[in-house]
Amino acid sequence: MEVKKIIIAGNPNVGKSVIFNALTGSYATVSNYPGTTVEVFRGNAKIDGQEYEVIDTPGMYSFISVTEEEKVSRNIMFSEKPFVIIHVLDAKNIERMLPFTLQLIEADLPVLLVLNIMDEAERLGIKLDTKLLEAELGIPVLTAIGTMRQGINNLKERIADYKHLANRDAIVKYDPRIEEFLSKSEFGRLNSLLLLQGDAEIEERLTKANKPAVKNLKNEIEKLKKKYSKPLSYLLAIQRQDGASSLLRKAGVNKGRQMGSFAETLSRLSMSSVGGYLIMFFVLYFGLYLFVGKLGAGVFVDFLEKTVFDSWIIPPFTNFIEHALPWKLAQDLFVHDYGLVTLGLRYAFAIILPIVAAFFFVFAIIEDTGYLPRLAMLIDRVFKKIGLSGRAVIPMVLGLGCGTMATMVTRTLATKRERLIATLLLALAIPCSAQLGVIMAMLAGLPVLLGIWLGVINAVFITAGFLSAKILPGNAPVFFMEVPPLRLPKFSNLFVKTYTRMEWYIKEVIPVFLIVSLAMWAADHTHLLAFLIKAAEFPLKTLGLPGNTATIFIMGFFRRDYGAAGLFDMQKAGLLSHNQILVAIVVMTLFLPCIAQLIMMIKERKFGTAMVLAGMVTVIAYSTGFIINYVLSSLKITL
Amino acid sequence: MISQKTEEVLEKLYIEIVEQKKKGLTYAELKLNQDGAEHKELSKKNLALEKNGIIKLTKAGEIEARDVVRRHRLAERLMTDVFDLKGVCVHDSACEFEHILHRGIDEQICRLLGHPRTCPHGAKIPEGKCCKEKGLSDTRVVAPLSLIKPGEKGKISYIQAEEKDKLHTIMAMGVLPGMEITLLQNFPSFLFKVGNSQFAVDENIAKDVFVRLSK
Repeated sequence: MEVKKIIIAGNPNVGKSVIFNALTGSYATVSNYPGTTVEVFRGNAKIDGQEYEVIDTPGMYSFISVTEEEKVSRNIMFSEKPFVIIHVLDAKNIERMLPFTLQLIEADLPVLLVLNIMDEAERLGIKLDTKLLEAELGIPVLTAIGTMRQGINNLKERIADYKHLANRDAIVKYDPRIEEFLSKSEFGRLNSLLLLQGDAEIEERLTKANKPAVKNLKNEIEKLKKKYSKPLSYLLAIQRQDGASSLLRKAGVNKGRQMGSFAETLSRLSMSSVGGYLIMFFVLYFGLYLFVGKLGAGVFVDFLEKTVFDSWIIPPFTNFIEHALPWKLAQDLFVHDYGLVTLGLRYAFAIILPIVAAFFFVFAIIEDTGYLPRLAMLIDRVFKKIGLSGRAVIPMVLGLGCGTMATMVTRTLATKRERLIATLLLALAIPCSAQLGVIMAMLAGLPVLLGIWLGVINAVFITAGFLSAKILPGNAPVFFMEVPPLRLPKFSNLFVKTYTRMEWYIKEVIPVFLIVSLAMWAADHTHLLAFLIKAAEFPLKTLGLPGNTATIFIMGFFRRDYGAAGLFDMQKAGLLSHNQILVAIVVMTLFLPCIAQLIMMIKERKFGTAMVLAGMVTVIAYSTGFIINYVLSSLKITL
Repeated sequence: MISQKTEEVLEKLYIEIVEQKKKGLTYAELKLNQDGAEHKELSKKNLALEKNGIIKLTKAGEIEARDVVRRHRLAERLMTDVFDLKGVCVHDSACEFEHILHRGIDEQICRLLGHPRTCPHGAKIPEGKCCKEKGLSDTRVVAPLSLIKPGEKGKISYIQAEEKDKLHTIMAMGVLPGMEITLLQNFPSFLFKVGNSQFAVDENIAKDVFVRLSK
């Protein structure tokens, strides 16, 4: 039997992923901030015996694409030949979002409209008559509360019964001159409309098919443009909005009343200049410092490392291996200095994972409450100075969890310039949670070192951002972001989300950890390690670091957190002075991102750019370390 | 006082020479009679020079002409934004109107309209003194979002983005002329409400959204 395709489309943050999850039973990340879905999710659903492939697309505001995600979404709609496109909109904002439905209908796509988040709309006193809307639009319209799974069964029934009526009458009639142009054009209403709005992609595609006709049409468009003082896209949007508004008046939709609640008060407080910063520090202190730092990196790591690994797993396992395998070489593969279990698995499960898990949990709370857009709004002014917009706060905060994931999320930034700066800063000055956790643990009880470290990393972050904003050509980014209402996160969603992210992380991390311990084992036994260590010793000595940190930095090249965990071990063994700890953690924080992040950088920014960025990061990390050591030793400061 | 007819000649000279970078205009192009009153006034008040049948503006003439153009385009803005007159008649009635707008009054109208940067046809309005010192304390009917006070509301009158991408960005949010808008906050970023959604934008976007304020 043929598998039919269902595409889920709509504005950012209207609950597309929730609907996707409800239909497929699989999981796409659900958050309360716009632009979560950066990748296209695909899942399967069986409705009434029929197999469907369900495709969840990144949010888009309009058919005329501004961001990369919007382009992705639109291409999917055209290329996948869907059986039905489910347009999900936020019911309380139907007036603003209905023009997009109209665009889809205009494009002769098979549309089904879901008015989601009905609970919030009802709380605002908005009443929607779906029967009347169906009659006006000529497509199925239904209501839902995705998060409560309300309306999902109805949706499934309507999908099973769906019939696309092609070539319907246009709902929106544009200006007579534009209508005349559309009726004459040979490319059909949608393509011509897109051309009128200056869509370069459509133009390119149509030109490939029929160059002279497009050229003719372009001439006609130029003539048309001269008759209006405003860009055509602006006029069309206004007329489409008028169409939507009058349609809603006909369907008797009332606009809702003012919301005045505790959530609204808190929301405004979180965006005011004084209250906003207070709340930000509150979030950082409780979320990052106490929960991730103290609980994750302290309590959890202590228990897993000291109790679970050091006393429950490693001694009996070492004992077993030493008896089962008589050869030292084979024993070393599993236990001792570079063993798969003693090094690889212990680092991964006892040190890194608890910290990362704690971070992901906090991040899920921050996401689902809708705090991120508020933070973005608060910080935009500051971020502008370093060539970024407030929007970049999302990858930056996520980068405090996992730089690899964050590098992927830089896709949501609007300009190439902004994506480049964000990628550099993530690679350079944003320590990931695993690293951060280890560093926090190392600096516990050393407030002076913590202060200097924070100062240096912040200074590097600001300087690097400021300079790249100066050097890179292009305009300063513009900032705009929808601020969704503050919502109380659902516990089940928090756990599922943390779990999904951890699953991703484990898949990404564990193999690398095992490969690294394997490589270290091999290098150790072939004297390659000794050679590498010798080679790395000199530059490290110029930083005033002991020779045996070389091993750690070599491991740190594979994963920053791995290196950090190694430093942690050395500090506990009392092998480092305070000066050396400071230099080592500064260099380690700034040092090349882990190999996974480097691969992601290559994927997202192309090989050449990624290599240049990596080179810059290495140079900056080394020079910063060198300067700190030089200053400390020439001034004879002992911390 | 410069006569109406002369002002129209000045306006044409300014548009063609200063804005469209022509060297000068002939009598025929200006539809100017060599012995007419306008020509006399232009040379008497030292506003324009004639050389080999080509007429150019003098320094003083350029200042005067710039002012005429400014008043004309402000008048057009006033017609569309405040009196809601749309379409072709804007231009003609503005022509009459500009002469009534004396200096001083044009500043007040400029304040009233929130220091618009272009006329409804998209031509640039030359800046006046008041535009540089634009303050929140002006009495305004229309103002960009960046110049209204938190709590003030109104209907979006027009959007003024020069770059296409920016215009698309603003439109895509569903922020379109005719929609009701309330400014909630203007620091550290601009926070406003359209429909039942809130948006945060920077000054770069806020200065482009012109709002007709309602009490």
